[in-house]
Amino acid sequence: MSGGAKLNVRVAEVVPVNELITRFRFVASDGADLPAFSGGAHTVVEMDDNGTRRLNPYSLMSSPTDRSGYEISVRRDDVGRGGSLFMHQHVTPGMEMTLSYPVNLFALDNRAKKHLMIAGGIGITPFLAQIAQLTHYGGKFELHYSARSKGLGAYMDRLTAAHPGKVHCYFDDQSQQIDLGRLLSMQPIGTHLYVCGPKGMIKWVLTTAEAMGWPRQTLHHEEFTAPGTGKAFTVELAASGKTITVGTTQSLLEAMEAAGVDAPYLCRGGACGQCETTVHKCDGTILHRDHWLTPEEHAAGSKIMPCVSRFEGKTLVIDR
Amino acid sequence: MKINLTPVDAPSIRSRPVYSALEPRNGTLHLIIADGEGAEAVIQVLAKAHDRSQMLSTAHVIYAPGPNGTDLGAELQGLGAAQFYRAPSIPALLPRLQRVLSDARMGTQFYLAGTEGLIGQAETAIMSYGFPFVAIQKEHRGSTVRRVQCVHCKGITENVATDPFKCSHCGLNLFVRDHYSRRIAAFQGVNIDAEDPGQVPESVVRFK
Repeated sequence: MSGGAKLNVRVAEVVPVNELITRFRFVASDGADLPAFSGGAHTVVEMDDNGTRRLNPYSLMSSPTDRSGYEISVRRDDVGRGGSLFMHQHVTPGMEMTLSYPVNLFALDNRAKKHLMIAGGIGITPFLAQIAQLTHYGGKFELHYSARSKGLGAYMDRLTAAHPGKVHCYFDDQSQQIDLGRLLSMQPIGTHLYVCGPKGMIKWVLTTAEAMGWPRQTLHHEEFTAPGTGKAFTVELAASGKTITVGTTQSLLEAMEAAGVDAPYLCRGGACGQCETTVHKCDGTILHRDHWLTPEEHAAGSKIMPCVSRFEGKTLVIDR
Repeated sequence: MKINLTPVDAPSIRSRPVYSALEPRNGTLHLIIADGEGAEAVIQVLAKAHDRSQMLSTAHVIYAPGPNGTDLGAELQGLGAAQFYRAPSIPALLPRLQRVLSDARMGTQFYLAGTEGLIGQAETAIMSYGFPFVAIQKEHRGSTVRRVQCVHCKGITENVATDPFKCSHCGLNLFVRDHYSRRIAAFQGVNIDAEDPGQVPESVVRFK
């Protein structure tokens, strides 16, 4: 079974955080401790949305020292494919659900002498677990967190109260912006930079840091891409001998799963690389939406990440 | 100018350090540490810079003569870097480096050039501040003498030229391996006549 071993959990708490964000706490159905994880890890939540199977990755935000439960925060996306809406509208305390084991694609590099964190909006969630980890085991950090408004700045009060002087907040509606050039120029050598937030913010932070001479090895980011919608398309699966049609709101990975093909996956957000698939034939255009393949691989078109990428054209044959 | 680079492909053992030519990189400070013939690599990387005077105006050059006596300090000083410091030896250079590192900020680029002893010890100092070693540029020039740790007594012998050699601390006959410790910046020397004391192969000059 692809996606690794699963965890059977029960929803213990559903707590509205603000008008867009709701927090969920899961405990093991058998009451045992859940597997250990490290700050920055995510889990893939499986949802049965009226017959449609949805699997969305969410960062674990609870303390890695607490194995009695996992917490995630979900931001409602009213124009998304429906995963976050399902979480907000249908998940209630006591419900049994299935999670993947935690996977960490955004781990702290503990060789660093200081961790500089930059969060935008719901991108705060992995940092909550990382900060808990650093607070417990010891480690220097500084967080710069921007949100649209005070009301949408989830967990800001908790963070600023627990870590005075280390947490800096910025609000778009007050035209506040991180003074990135100044911030990056002041960091002692041995600082690692972590950014999680909207795509534009991640790009801004990484390109600014690289231009200032920060080595790539010190730059960490996490971005899960929702599969996104598009035109329906047909794909031939060479290994399983099937031809399938991917619906407008379905991902290629989901279409393969619906056809009974056990394709590999982990993050389902274009980040981890697990679902990488060889393209045998392509008469048309692959719409690459992952951040796993290199720009050269995207241009070559000999590989596709079925969890997020789509196709437009005549024929696509992949090795699955 | 003769270029004497250690081959970068197919090291004999994974821990054997590899080197490549220094390249100018974006940075707010260029910290350049060199000894002996490493000065030539410094001159060349500056010549490759897109804006040489800009790089020089943000460069700090720290230099010591090589173990073979090569001293190109005057040439380096004449380049006109923002800061230049000539130390009489590597042990005298390292405290200066420590002081500079304690104030250094991200955006600093590190360029190490010269003997493996200098490169290794500077790399260890930089790594101790949490900077990733793969982001440190290293170009080997000049003498190939080695800094070797005796794996038995742990004493380090500098400028080892022959193999085997006698440990300068405990006197054991040591075979010089390519096995390298980045943490202590030294190759490993292992007793060659442990099983048959006195059966020591003839010593040959392997490092010059």
